[in-house]
Amino acid sequence: MSVANRPTNRPLSPHLQVYRLPITARLSILHRATGVALSLGALYLVAWVVFASASPTTYAKFQAFNASIVGRIVLGGWLFCLFYHLCNGIRHLFWDAGIGFEIKEAEKASYIVIAVAVIATLASWAVGLRLA
Amino acid sequence: MKSSDLRTPLARARGLGSAHTGLHHWWMQRLTAIALVPLVVWFAVSLVMMSGADQDVVRAWIGSPFVMVLLILTIVVGLHHGQLGLQVVIEDYIHGEGRKLALILLVRFVAVLSGLAATVAILRIGFGG
Repeated sequence: MSVANRPTNRPLSPHLQVYRLPITARLSILHRATGVALSLGALYLVAWVVFASASPTTYAKFQAFNASIVGRIVLGGWLFCLFYHLCNGIRHLFWDAGIGFEIKEAEKASYIVIAVAVIATLASWAVGLRLA
Repeated sequence: MKSSDLRTPLARARGLGSAHTGLHHWWMQRLTAIALVPLVVWFAVSLVMMSGADQDVVRAWIGSPFVMVLLILTIVVGLHHGQLGLQVVIEDYIHGEGRKLALILLVRFVAVLSGLAATVAILRIGFGG
């Protein structure tokens, strides 16, 4: 078959420079990224309980960092990573059980995961900032 | 295959697969994931509710028996889950056998060290050391 009369609507493999990743692929990458971030964030949590067991002056320094702009971005980002990884992780458990593999279902679940994670994050920020 | 090994190839391979440990890694990742669902929800809500709390309030919270148990569980199970996940990421992206092994060992050591440090700190607060 010559190049000219080759069928044109065959599926093509993705060309990464022009291919728009499907929502499920984007969320998959984000799941891994938030997982790595949470692993580092776990050390922050460990630091928190260790500082809480230390002297008041040491804990005050840790508190001062938490209350700073950088500290708030770290803590707020940590909460988003947690809620996102939690919601998407639950979706992964459903997949492990063989549920939700249809493309339509997977896309719908993607938007639910994003919505729940964003709402939970915003709610936690609102309550946290009000109390702080 | 050693000539002294009388098992058939199938018997040696059964349940182990290409990773030599079979389902264990995969299963532990899921097991810890399921355990973490209620634990992190509880922890995130508690953490947000304690925003801006001073050290006495935080220590009183950590030191109650109920919280001590759940907090140690959250941290230890969370670190274990994180270590399993990081191992997969390292295996996927680090290709030199030596560097890969060194990084996986580092992650394991840091996870165990942090888990123990956190547990001791929590017990110290709870038992007033």
